[in-house]
Amino acid sequence: MAAIVKYADVEVGTTLPEQTFMIQRGDLIRYAGASGDFNIIHWNERVATAVGLPNVIAHGMFTMAEAARVVTDWAGDPGAVEEYTVRFSKPISVPDDDKGAELVVEAQVAEKLDDNRVSVTIEARVAGEKVLTGARAIVRLR
Amino acid sequence: MALNRDYIGRVYPGARVYEVGREKIREFAEAIGDTNPAYTDPDAANALGHPDVIAPPTFATVITLQAGGQAVFDPELGLDYSLVVHGEQTYVHHRPIRPGDRLSTSVTISDIRDAGRNEVMVLTMELTNDGEKVCTAVNTIVSRGTAGG
Repeated sequence: MAAIVKYADVEVGTTLPEQTFMIQRGDLIRYAGASGDFNIIHWNERVATAVGLPNVIAHGMFTMAEAARVVTDWAGDPGAVEEYTVRFSKPISVPDDDKGAELVVEAQVAEKLDDNRVSVTIEARVAGEKVLTGARAIVRLR
Repeated sequence: MALNRDYIGRVYPGARVYEVGREKIREFAEAIGDTNPAYTDPDAANALGHPDVIAPPTFATVITLQAGGQAVFDPELGLDYSLVVHGEQTYVHHRPIRPGDRLSTSVTISDIRDAGRNEVMVLTMELTNDGEKVCTAVNTIVSRGTAGG
């Protein structure tokens, strides 16, 4: 586990370690089972393309969960995340190949708040395009 | 078909109580590929000051998906689920979700509005454990192409 980050050691502009996540079809099947979201557009290419999507798309909530890992891995304590908000700006198309989609997540401290809390802004991209906008977490540090 | 605006402010208190299990937390953490021991190892969670393992920050989706269905699939609301995409999601954690929590969820349709050709519906869900506020989830869904015009 990462060391616990201290409020005193953090400044506005502090960057969190970037992470890359590969999203494959199997990951979506597994997430569907664990979350209970069996929407067919997340596992059936025939139906997904018939309703106008480019391919099977990742669950937005799966993307949100992956992006959170950049914050929780940095903070050390996942319970430090007091608020977490995202807008889903573009669906992630997940091809049926051995590679999948590559999600790159960056984050930085945008503001230091009271009570040892910080506001962290998060950017998530696939192939250079933003898949989340306005993503932000309020994290209570030690 | 446009959504029924009379439903703004409607509250659905009837979601069944969801009892959080530690194996469900483990399953969810594994599904998102997150190996943080705070989700699976009570000793690691204790070392962070938690009385037991905790759930990942987006775990509440397991519960809100079921609870929100009361509104989403209410025939009088007039929502066509095949036109729905997830627009925004917010979680406010009053404390982490833990095994043994018996979470009651009240669902409120806090807004329905036009957004261009689409409609936007906001569901605000309060998760409580024996009256204690645990998590507030705000789920914004987009109904594509149904704005009344």
